[in-house]
Amino acid sequence: MTSPLEQKKIKLTGPSMVTANRTWDGVVIYRTAQQGWSANLADAAVVRTSDEARALLAESIADDVGAIGAYIAPVDVKDGGKIAPGNLREHIRSEGLTIDLLPVPA
Amino acid sequence: MYAYDELDRTLINERVSEFRDQVKRRLSGELTEDEFKMLRLQNGVYLQLHAYMFRVAIPYGTLSSKQLRALARIARRYDRGYGHFTTRQNIQFNWIKLAELPDALADLAEVGIHAMQTSGNNMRNVTSDQWAGVAPGEVEDPRIWSEILRQHTTLHPEFSFLPRKFKIAITASEHDRAAIKIHDIGLRLLKNADGETGFEVLVGGGLGRTPFIGKTIKPFVHGRDILSYVEAILRVYNQYGRRDNIYKARIKILVHELGIEKFSREVEEEWKLMGDVGLTLDHSVVEEVRSRFSYPAYEKLPHMPDELKQAAHDPLFERWRKNSVFPHKVQGYSIVTLSLKPVGGPPGDATADQMDAVADLADKYSFGEIRVGHEQNLCLPHVAKRDLPLLWKALDRIGLATPNVNLVTDIIACPGLDYCSLANARSIPIAQELTRRFANHDTADLIGRLHINISGCINACGHHHVGHIGILGVEKNGEEFYQITIGGRADEGAQMGTLIGPAIPYAEVADVIEDIVEAYLALRDRPEELFVDTVKRLGVEPFKERVYATR
Ligand code: HEM
Ligand code: SF4
Repeated sequence: MTSPLEQKKIKLTGPSMVTANRTWDGVVIYRTAQQGWSANLADAAVVRTSDEARALLAESIADDVGAIGAYIAPVDVKDGGKIAPGNLREHIRSEGLTIDLLPVPA
Repeated sequence: MYAYDELDRTLINERVSEFRDQVKRRLSGELTEDEFKMLRLQNGVYLQLHAYMFRVAIPYGTLSSKQLRALARIARRYDRGYGHFTTRQNIQFNWIKLAELPDALADLAEVGIHAMQTSGNNMRNVTSDQWAGVAPGEVEDPRIWSEILRQHTTLHPEFSFLPRKFKIAITASEHDRAAIKIHDIGLRLLKNADGETGFEVLVGGGLGRTPFIGKTIKPFVHGRDILSYVEAILRVYNQYGRRDNIYKARIKILVHELGIEKFSREVEEEWKLMGDVGLTLDHSVVEEVRSRFSYPAYEKLPHMPDELKQAAHDPLFERWRKNSVFPHKVQGYSIVTLSLKPVGGPPGDATADQMDAVADLADKYSFGEIRVGHEQNLCLPHVAKRDLPLLWKALDRIGLATPNVNLVTDIIACPGLDYCSLANARSIPIAQELTRRFANHDTADLIGRLHINISGCINACGHHHVGHIGILGVEKNGEEFYQITIGGRADEGAQMGTLIGPAIPYAEVADVIEDIVEAYLALRDRPEELFVDTVKRLGVEPFKERVYATR
């Protein structure tokens, strides 16, 4: 994955969303169509043109208090409209680590 | 151990309250992220994929049991119950909340630990040999000099705003365990013909996008002049340092572009020109710092106690002892490495419970002291040999007696795409798969010393360039691929590995490494010939052939 932090031009390769980390705790969040954030990918607003993406990113960045490091990332839209992460990086951000950790007692 | 003075403590506490205020202002919106970013980086706080990451310094890798318990508490109270020991004698916590960071810093401050010098374009945590003060044959304890440099450079304005980050490592042994040749400045303690202490000074080492092995700039600088000489290097660097291009501003690039001769002439001139700027170290200053390191009251113990003779009948104990126990400068004592590389585990991780247990064992068996090395393992530096059998049993119970130190499963790996926002590809699952492939410790023992180093991108946090086998994650059309190098090394004979061919997809990496190891076993001319030596003797061709012939 080329890091999206190096994202300069906005050029969509398919359906996309805006994602960031929540400022106070760092949790992964997604920009919703209601101009808010959700920790659930299912709530993400999906954009399909670069103009839409630019607008969504702009309003996301404008919320400097709520979120940090907003960027555009790909999503897969499945049959029935369910959305899934569009690449491995986003998969890991949304589903968590792909590795076994040492056993930590709860 | 080292006793911090009052000034240090006041400084650390001031930084905590300052940061508490900054976080408050960030969360209320008074500070923008742009304004805040520098401030959080100065306190060791990065943003990763899932959360903030908090990096805490362990100066020259020395921890007291009390400090280790404090780290365990941080893991438990503010994180998910574990921490990750890094290649630069730091520990990282991966799931910390910004809102709770000031509390975490305050908890650490109580035991004299902090996160200064763990990030940003400043002088970083000065690293050293994890066996400092206990290694047989050491010139003298390098931590005294690490500490002098640390005091001089911490928060010194001139070192806080460098063109890029700046790293120094110090060793005092023939065998370099501090990887000084891949640091911006590497220092090797030695004595001159008159028996005076000084340093061979190396400059311009580093990995990343443009890797270089450090070169000797001066074969001997007297100990009393080391601060002024380092200062002269930094001044020349600061004058030239290309702040305009982030990839080029490291000192290694400058040294490469000017050539070591010209660079060293300029440093020499600057050094003369500087004259006496009050940096000459008085004998008394050095002795004052030395006096703040305390050494255990070792007993007079036999070289071969009965307990050890008896335990030698247990083959499992013997295997661990031969692998993880090393000679100590004091008779009757040993240095014990605690492998943080269990089969199937993430390299360098330790749970809070393990940290607490190690702290208890350190109190019981190692005068309350623990060390952290750049290979991402821990170490108990002063274990009486008679205690080894009991210590082994206790370590085994908490999963820290894997007898794989320096073997193929003692893998250095960066966090990679599972945690890191800069990653191209994952590192940890590759390491985990490899530890499963080579899970048989007898086979690993047969293979002998073999360091596998893995980085998830060109920043080289996992030191892939200098792994005997190096694995670098790259991206091809959105898929994870890995470049394999062989023949690198990080010790006194440091050199970069050589690429063996085109990058390999994720699913094939473990197979390829197995092929390389099998090729080595077939090619080595005797069992004692190490992997790196076989590569040196034969070059990469035979390995390349083996890997790509069938692919
Ligand atoms: C996950 C968060 C991390 C981030 C964002 C990060 C970022 C970076 C970057 C950008 C560099 C290259 C800077 C340069 O060359 O000027 C670097 C270098 C380095 N990092 Fe990390 N790193 C992370 C974690 C780690 C960890 C966990 C380790 C140890 C296991 C580590 C050890 C190192 C080392 C040793 C270097 C220096 C390599 C050299 O000599 O050039 N880093 N890191
Ligand atoms: S090498 Fe790259 S992927 Fe690995 S931790 Fe460093 S920056 Fe992240």
